[in-house]
Amino acid sequence: MVIEPRGNISRGVQMAIPVIAALVALGLAALPLAFAGAPVLEAYKQMFIGVFGSVFSFTEMLTRATPLIFTGLAAALAFKARLWNIGAEGQLYLGAMGAVAVGSGLIDGPAVLMIPLVMIAGAAAGAAGMLGPAILKTRFGADEVVTSLLLNFIILIFVQMMLEGPLKDPMSMGWPQSEPILDNAALPQLIPRMRIHMGLIVALVAAVIAQIALTKTTWGFKIRAVGENAAAARHAGINVNRTLLGVACISGALAGLAGVSEVAGLKGYLTTDLSPGYGYSGIVVAMLAGLSPMGVVIAALYVASVFVGADSMSRAMGVSSYLADLVVSMSLLSVLIGSFFARYRIRFAGKAGASQ
Amino acid sequence: MMDMLQIFLNESFWVASLRIATPLIFGVLGALLCERAGVLNLGIEGIFVVGAMVGWMSVYAGAPLWLGVIIAAAAGGLFGLFHAILTVPLGLSQHVSGLGITLFATSVAQFLYRTILPDVSSPPRIIPFQPMDVPILSDIPFLGPVVFQQTAMTWLALIMVGVVWWVINRTPLGVALQAVGDNPDAVNAQGLSVYKLRIGAVVAGSALMALGGAFLTMSAFDAFFFGMVNGRGWICIALVIFASWRPGKALLGALLFGMFDAFQVRLQTEAGAIVPSQIFLMAPYVLSIIALVIVARKAEYPRALLHPWFKGHR
Amino acid sequence: MNKPLILTLAGLTKRFGEVIANDAIDLTLHQGEVLALLGENGAGKTTLMNMLFGHYTPDAGYVEIICEDGTPLRLPPGQPQAAIDARIGMVHQHFTLAENLTALDNILLGSESLLSLRRHRRAARAKIEGLMQDSGLIAPLDEKIGALSVGERQRVEILKALFHDARVLVLDEPTAVLTPQEADSLFVSLRKMVDKGLSVIFISHKLHEVLAFSDRIAVLRHGKKVGELITADADKNQIATLMVGEETALPEREACDVGDPVLELKSVTVRRENTRNSLNDVSLCVRAGEIVGVAGVSGNGQSALAQVISGLERPDQGGIAVAGKVMPAPTPKGMIKAHVGRIPEDRHHDGVVGSMTVAENLIIERLDAPDVQTRGFLRKKRIAEHAKELVQAYDVRGPGIEARAALLSGGNIQKLILARVLEQEPLVILANQPTRGLDFGAAGEVARRLMEARKRGAGVVLISEDLDEVLSLADRIVVMHDGQLIEADTRDRAAIGLLMAGQAA
Repeated sequence: MVIEPRGNISRGVQMAIPVIAALVALGLAALPLAFAGAPVLEAYKQMFIGVFGSVFSFTEMLTRATPLIFTGLAAALAFKARLWNIGAEGQLYLGAMGAVAVGSGLIDGPAVLMIPLVMIAGAAAGAAGMLGPAILKTRFGADEVVTSLLLNFIILIFVQMMLEGPLKDPMSMGWPQSEPILDNAALPQLIPRMRIHMGLIVALVAAVIAQIALTKTTWGFKIRAVGENAAAARHAGINVNRTLLGVACISGALAGLAGVSEVAGLKGYLTTDLSPGYGYSGIVVAMLAGLSPMGVVIAALYVASVFVGADSMSRAMGVSSYLADLVVSMSLLSVLIGSFFARYRIRFAGKAGASQ
Repeated sequence: MMDMLQIFLNESFWVASLRIATPLIFGVLGALLCERAGVLNLGIEGIFVVGAMVGWMSVYAGAPLWLGVIIAAAAGGLFGLFHAILTVPLGLSQHVSGLGITLFATSVAQFLYRTILPDVSSPPRIIPFQPMDVPILSDIPFLGPVVFQQTAMTWLALIMVGVVWWVINRTPLGVALQAVGDNPDAVNAQGLSVYKLRIGAVVAGSALMALGGAFLTMSAFDAFFFGMVNGRGWICIALVIFASWRPGKALLGALLFGMFDAFQVRLQTEAGAIVPSQIFLMAPYVLSIIALVIVARKAEYPRALLHPWFKGHR
Repeated sequence: MNKPLILTLAGLTKRFGEVIANDAIDLTLHQGEVLALLGENGAGKTTLMNMLFGHYTPDAGYVEIICEDGTPLRLPPGQPQAAIDARIGMVHQHFTLAENLTALDNILLGSESLLSLRRHRRAARAKIEGLMQDSGLIAPLDEKIGALSVGERQRVEILKALFHDARVLVLDEPTAVLTPQEADSLFVSLRKMVDKGLSVIFISHKLHEVLAFSDRIAVLRHGKKVGELITADADKNQIATLMVGEETALPEREACDVGDPVLELKSVTVRRENTRNSLNDVSLCVRAGEIVGVAGVSGNGQSALAQVISGLERPDQGGIAVAGKVMPAPTPKGMIKAHVGRIPEDRHHDGVVGSMTVAENLIIERLDAPDVQTRGFLRKKRIAEHAKELVQAYDVRGPGIEARAALLSGGNIQKLILARVLEQEPLVILANQPTRGLDFGAAGEVARRLMEARKRGAGVVLISEDLDEVLSLADRIVVMHDGQLIEADTRDRAAIGLLMAGQAA
């Protein structure tokens, strides 16, 4: 058996792989469903209805997709430069903390001022969260995978500390939660009586900007060159460390915006269960998207659909909603395997040589 | 100051240090085996969760404790095999595959737990491994309680340090393992299979990682909680670099870590009134990062780590 | 030939995608014979030997070895173990040694059962020491490979094969990394083993050593066997023609006016743990319109010299000036801006970003240029036009300017790099092993372009381990040994060889 690389990979194949991978992962969900003793087809139907059954459920899915677009972009940009930012979860909380610190009464002003301020604060906090590991990598050669991962735990504990200390809401009757975001600092709702909020618009704009930056600017060129072959990039006069630090800031800022969007657009105040692992799901989103920013939007919609659909199915049929995590993780592994078949062809040789 | 000294003289401090170190010993040894063969296994965190859940669940379902340990190891090995197939013959990104395995293994464990035990509000308890009371030896003052009153799994961990050291440094298999992590072509040229060696190392390493998880539910505690692994796997990935991929240093690193953790818990009870408790909770993670930064520049990674190898490529 | 037959290769064929690396090649080898496999780079010699050794699975053909009892045995394809069992040993150009193990461990690797609980090394050590005595190939057995010199590593590789009782030994370009003197002593050792019955196939593109050492010569060109002759009857010119095909004459050397210094290195010292990457008080002056050839066995500091000139490595001491201007803190970008063109040694690793397009790789050194970007936005149309012009002017052949650079052949990647470097009309050109691994046509093209640049008035630093190349291109020759540069006032091969070995002529 011989593994041979293919020549140019056609765009069609590149687009088809994540779609097939997502479908395979959804199909494989039948196994755990059957294991849980649920009628499989009915369960799929419930999942579908849970997303597309009503305008409300569809907007719920979009609401869920919003932070995933941000964290997906964070992972996609960093991975493009082969900077392994696995710390989007922590950066998300830093962003949320930044938003709360600025937006819950420290200063007050009209919404046109407060909303950008809250976003800048969150983005800056998130950027700082990834700048640390990036500096440790470029200065000391410390593997950013491990440092950014461990930082997730440190930041979450730090959030706890803040919520029991300086950020604690005195009105919360002992619950560890922050003071609420002021009304004029909150991201406005898009549709009355639905939870969908301005964060989605910001996320979409961010995706478009990221797409343009990556494909049409010299900055994006440098990111791609550094990610694909750092040695050649350095030889060609590109400042690899500066590029990595820049990407780290942008990636962290995007993850921070996910936190801003959740806390200022949805929840209104910060708790330690703000994110059910959006940072980690962002990695799946980015990989499904083939690290393309516009692809991130579509992949985020898919992952959000799985989460919202599984939640609704879970309520209707009593199957654990952890099914969603299962499907999402299987999607990642499927798309990874799919990428292999896009890049390589397996040839069963040996017979030809022996028969002669 | 006297209080601090008191802590170190107290035998319960040392008992706790070794107990905290045990899962890390398993984890670092497992990561070490994988990386020595040239494969980074970021599946470790999820494999810990699977080991913890499966071992405990088996015992809850009626299996004897040691059978539970074996089942946990087998489950870990199975996820390791998955990772190995993706990264060795298929040569896919070890980072992405490892993270995928962690997400997958964690969600499998959580889904199984919720599906098998849908209605429990608090997890059912099992009777875990008890401290072994070795006659005579455990009566030695100080040393007796510290070393000879640990559970059988701690002993297993210590024995595994010796076994892994012996295999790597004293057997032909170990020489081949070191070679495949340095230059797979050297192994291939001598007629050995790069794939089999690497897959074998990842499966064995993952089984060890799962034992680290199993220790948590079957020895340190007596039940399975979500989030109980809490980054221990990632800490092992940092510790293995700190240990420069050597079993002896891995033991040392895990013990230092255990000591530090036990120390901060005791310090917390002393100084808890002044310093927020979270500072102490953060300490292990901060310590891991510091350890990593200190050794990073000097670390001699196995040369073939992260580099896939394909048969018959030019 | 009355020696008994020991090995037959029949109709061996190997394709890599569209390229036919070996086309139905037949070869025989007799016991106690030295067969030279001669051919230019890229003629398919290494591929052929990799099939013999089971590293590649042939698309057609087979390998047959005559066992000691006279029975023929056909080797199953693609299985190195079968070749080892048939006692065929191979010494690759890139050594297959694990650097974290001792020489002894490397030799024993794979010879013991992996299930064995301990190692049995005493008998093995005695056997290896006996082999070292017999052959004169001495290597420190208990040192880690990482600490050994290239010559020592090669001896370990050969001992490894002999330890496995090799009947047939294949050596792939064994002298490429040796000084002429080291090469001679290697041949003496091999001759001793051949006289005891060892059969050797040795791959080379160096005519003089083939003529001196082999019994029989097989010539490969473009993947085909184009001739086979007894060395004693062979005529040098006849072999050269076979090997190269139609004569492509080197460009005429026109006299050039040598101008002002364009590149000066003053007492540059780079200290690294590994002597291979160190420079010791190196001074060099290159003037406009001259090619300075840096000869030497690779691993003597050439890469450090190249890194300093490329701006990748900052000297610990000493200074570097381009066109009279001192560069206080050289960086790759600074060097490019100072009009230093750099052709890297490893063109795949440092020269191109394989997964980016040909067009993108052509502008990667000039991302700030106004015809490449306006306010940070890439001018895609202009970039494409520019790429089309360059690809045509430099004859870069491949699937097009929007194809990934990795899809180009080695020669075309080199042409791409040449195009990128030369279009900026650099004052200084660093060409580090610019023709290594290229076929004859592409190598000639590289040489022609360098001569052209020289004529235009550029100063060229040509680093090459191929002494013939240095002799034919350079106006002045310096020799690199152990991190130091020595001016060679001679063009005599033997004298330069002595300098390469670190001995005054």
